[in-house]
Amino acid sequence: MSAVAMTVNGKAVTGDVDPRTLLVQYLREHLRLTGTHVGCDTSQCGACVVHVNGKAVKSCTVFAWQVEGANVLTIEGLAEPNGPLHPMQEAFREHHGLQCGYCTPGMIMTAVDMVNRKGNDLDDPTIRHELEGNLCRCTGYHNIVKAIAAGAKAMGKGHG
Amino acid sequence: MYAFTQHRPETVRQAASLLAKQEEAKLLAGGHTLIPTMKLRLAGPKNLVDLSKVEGLTGIEVSGRSITIGAMTPHVEVTTSAEVKEAIPALAYLAGLIGDPAVRHRGTIGGSIANNDPNADYPAACLGLGATIITNKRRIEADEFFKGLFETALEPDEIITKVQFPKPQKAGYVKFPNPASRYALVGVFVSKRGSEIRVAVTGAGSNGVFRVTAFEEALKKRFGAKSLEGMTVPADGMASDIHGSAEYRAHLIGVLARRAVAAAAAGPDTDVD
Amino acid sequence: MSATGIGAAVRRKEDQRFITGKGHYTDDVNRPGQSHAYFLRSPHARARIKAIDSKAAAAMPGVLAVLTGAELAADKVGGLICGWMIKSKDGSPMKAAPHPAIAHGTANYVGDAVAVIIAETLAQAKDAAEKVKVDYELLPPAADPAKAQTGPQIHEVAPRNTIYQWHLGDPKAVEAAFKAAKHVTKLDLVNNRLAPNAIEPRAAIGEYDAGTDSLTLWNTTQNPHVARLVISAFVGIAPEHKLRVIAPDVGGGFGSKIFIYPEEVVCLWASRRIGRPVKWVSERSEAFLTDAHGRDHVTHAELALDADGKVMALKVKTIANLGAYMSTFSSSVPTYLYGTLLSGQYEIPAIYCEVDAVYTNTVPVDAYRGAGRPEATFVVERLMEVAARELDVDPADLRKKNFIKKFPHQTPVIMNYDAGDYHASLKKAMELADYAGFGRRKRESARNGKLRGVGFSTYIEACGIAPSQAVGSLGCGVGLWESAEVRVNPTGSVEILTGCHQHGQGHETTFAQVISDRLGIPIENVSVVHGDTDKVQFGMGTYGSRSGAVGISAIVKALDKVESKAKKVAAHMLEVAEGDIVFKDGKFTVAGTDKSAAWGDVALNAYIAHKFVGAELEPGLKEGAFYDPTNFTFPAGCHICEVEVDRETGESEIVAWTAVDDFGTVVNPMIVEGQVHGGIAQGVGQALLEGVVYDQDGQLVTGSFMDYCMPRAQNLPVLKVDMTTTKAPSNPLGIKGCGEAGAIAAPVAVINAITNAIGTEDLAMPATAQTVWQALQKSNNGQKAA
Repeated sequence: MSAVAMTVNGKAVTGDVDPRTLLVQYLREHLRLTGTHVGCDTSQCGACVVHVNGKAVKSCTVFAWQVEGANVLTIEGLAEPNGPLHPMQEAFREHHGLQCGYCTPGMIMTAVDMVNRKGNDLDDPTIRHELEGNLCRCTGYHNIVKAIAAGAKAMGKGHG
Repeated sequence: MYAFTQHRPETVRQAASLLAKQEEAKLLAGGHTLIPTMKLRLAGPKNLVDLSKVEGLTGIEVSGRSITIGAMTPHVEVTTSAEVKEAIPALAYLAGLIGDPAVRHRGTIGGSIANNDPNADYPAACLGLGATIITNKRRIEADEFFKGLFETALEPDEIITKVQFPKPQKAGYVKFPNPASRYALVGVFVSKRGSEIRVAVTGAGSNGVFRVTAFEEALKKRFGAKSLEGMTVPADGMASDIHGSAEYRAHLIGVLARRAVAAAAAGPDTDVD
Repeated sequence: MSATGIGAAVRRKEDQRFITGKGHYTDDVNRPGQSHAYFLRSPHARARIKAIDSKAAAAMPGVLAVLTGAELAADKVGGLICGWMIKSKDGSPMKAAPHPAIAHGTANYVGDAVAVIIAETLAQAKDAAEKVKVDYELLPPAADPAKAQTGPQIHEVAPRNTIYQWHLGDPKAVEAAFKAAKHVTKLDLVNNRLAPNAIEPRAAIGEYDAGTDSLTLWNTTQNPHVARLVISAFVGIAPEHKLRVIAPDVGGGFGSKIFIYPEEVVCLWASRRIGRPVKWVSERSEAFLTDAHGRDHVTHAELALDADGKVMALKVKTIANLGAYMSTFSSSVPTYLYGTLLSGQYEIPAIYCEVDAVYTNTVPVDAYRGAGRPEATFVVERLMEVAARELDVDPADLRKKNFIKKFPHQTPVIMNYDAGDYHASLKKAMELADYAGFGRRKRESARNGKLRGVGFSTYIEACGIAPSQAVGSLGCGVGLWESAEVRVNPTGSVEILTGCHQHGQGHETTFAQVISDRLGIPIENVSVVHGDTDKVQFGMGTYGSRSGAVGISAIVKALDKVESKAKKVAAHMLEVAEGDIVFKDGKFTVAGTDKSAAWGDVALNAYIAHKFVGAELEPGLKEGAFYDPTNFTFPAGCHICEVEVDRETGESEIVAWTAVDDFGTVVNPMIVEGQVHGGIAQGVGQALLEGVVYDQDGQLVTGSFMDYCMPRAQNLPVLKVDMTTTKAPSNPLGIKGCGEAGAIAAPVAVINAITNAIGTEDLAMPATAQTVWQALQKSNNGQKAA
């Protein structure tokens, strides 16, 4: 067993877990934050994306003990508790950027990270290129790209 | 995955000692090659030596003639670095093609080179620029470093600490990705530094990254895409699988080399990240 | 149309939980005391299982049980079934081989489960699995469908590995037509095998309650009631009324989650044996080995035309690979979901189709988005496009000449198309795509060193699966009606209990729109209940683009009854005769007066029931209906794809996509467009990127996303999607359905475009860069390309 300690969605958490515990397992099974999903076993689908110290990371490819002391943000922590939704979440709903919802948490977390790195004015080719690590089987990406462009703009208006 | 014990040394010396003394020990850098193989139970090291807390392994240093990148520097830092973009734009461009944005937040140059995946990008950059791989024990020239599939000149307890790239006058990289894995089906890195011309190919060879001396000779006469017109690489010795036959890979080498030279000759690349 | 009624692009109610990470998928469910199952799977395509030694494994830490096919057989658990009887030409029934949930005696494909290990943790189960010793005797496999009929015989019941030899149509009429034909176009086609890969992997939790001697199954299923029926009545795990099946949020299905698989059967059976809940979650590489694959046809097809370019006849011979065992609907996909669509949008006087279904030592094959119709569309639309090129006729013109123009139209292959206007969608698509400007764009591409091509796909499909009498007569074991119960609460809110099940289609919103439209109540006051056999009456589930045409029709029927009863209640309240009541916009009014009762009051009164005379009017306001469609529906449309091909690398880029579809009445255009987008992406995937590859030993080569290429955002362009409308005459709202159209239309549009660009017809799917480059080399570097 190894000790893990981090901040998740603003709350300090500690635990004693099997060293093999991946961050996604720690979040889902130990913290019962089941919004982060597992969709593959080759680190390609992106359903598991969370933010670690402000950066998008595939939580299925990181051990929980590796992020000791880090700030972890999951989909559940994106909006303020009891507050309005994050503009990127709103944008996904407004533009029908999801169907079954399974890839959605990872998509939204990737989108927010994309904006953090590339700014609020994202064009179609940029968004599509930046989604290389996120698979969706339902939407054909058309509305995801629209949602991200809109969410990026809305984040620029001081909402995110 | 199989059980293991993790160690988090804070110095290179401690890390090397752990590597040497612990049973079936492996270094953990970005983890985006090792952890997936462990998850699939294709690898089962009993001890993991995590390098993330070791001092002095990250960062990018510029000198007059070269750029030196710490072994634990993640790809995102290389691709967004103003210094790298200025000095060797093709290298910044290449780093931005590895994996995807989330992978680039964790994957490292040291991890990539030490692994020497025949479809990885960095080995082409190292061989294509004539880099020097600096370890805790010595300096190894790229031409001596890459030995074969997943095989390097590194000794069992040797740890890469930095990679030094001489600044070229011109350099270019063109990658034709495997559509599924996004690794290089074929990737060609070309550079010119004075009279030294390098053409390094990743993805295509059945024994890992290699230089195409025939192309280098042709480019010595004139560094332009036209110098390579009609030139091909023979298909034997090329890797072959459902994604690319040996003939197709051999063919792509010519195509990509011409495009890489055209890109290099044209000058610094546009906005990359 | 109100802001939340039929036709409105209402934003989805269900999104709230998905965008905040509060969805409730099967793997999110954790039962007290749950154990974890890991399946040990055959690494061989075909092998006799001589012995299994599980002693060491059973003694490993945390292990609760190691079970094999022997224990399953001893407990008399039945095998999995195929529910659609198909007969061969000679009248003999299909050769359905036994399909135990855990292989017993022989393993028949790489991935066939040979044992299950149940432990406290998954890691412990995997550790123990490595200690199970299986003594295999390797047998020669039959892996290639084209050669299966002369290969080693896999199942005793099926000589020549032939499951059935089916046919449809009039061979004599077809022969006569071919003799008289002026031009014959011939093609050999492969419809490539696909892995469905919904992003949520399959999962199951079986839980036995000793107190009530009953079982509960949480499962990623598209049809919980069908799963319950099959597992109880056929597999025999428990009596139907002692089995509850819950499908919580399901992350995509595309058909792959229709079928009843071994894993849920084993989880249920094992949970009763060990007295603990048993949970199994597929890993992705496991999904490649166990989720039913799709397509996998080898076809020879010929089209006969007369001197005017009118189609006279079509003949098709197909070998359909069904894999190692017959999956739940497998038999129907290459027969009644395929042969019956071979008329396409055209007047074809004579058609004859022969299909041999074969066993191979590969993963079982069954319905996957489109299920038979993408295969049919590919045959018909490739033939039309190639015929046009051979006759030097514009492909749009050849199609127009042959379109069906009068409805209803009886095709020679059972289907009776009730309504449509194929020219309207073709015309609109050509305008939107600026087809007229293609030549100019082609020259521009050439200046940039690229080959540009355009391809058409004027597809039609049969959806709204399906009229019970029709499918019953064709061999389906169940009728394919749908159920709905509309439950009005005393406070006026409404629950719709539907036998459909959403896994991305947005029923919680669209069904609520139908209620809102009809009853004049806000959609916030409408809930959709589905996915739990304890809560909802029997329903057939969601697939075959049926939830609109069939599921909503059931709701409409129930609403008719609700309205009728509510009027009775209102009449009582307002003390008038029932015939005097008019219901509109949520109000019950006495005709010709301003006396009225609001919806909420009527609902409340139905339950207070103070004024009812019992014999005349029962209290309550809740009505159910079972709706059986009278016909299939026939969505149809035109997709136009433009590509640019890099001649040096063979790489194709889709530079434009135009889709004009006729879905009849559309409840929520935003959701419908989303379905088209997703379908197109899967169709593009089939045409350019995807393909399950087996080697000659039956080893799966494409076993992960590293080798099986899933479409990514950068593989698709911005999609232009529009609609024309001819309502479906066969259901109350005129809905045709839309879920599969994109996947049906797209692949052939892409291949027609690339072959147009490179000037050779010899091109396989997936048309990867290498494949296109090789085609160019073969045809002398595309000298034929203009």
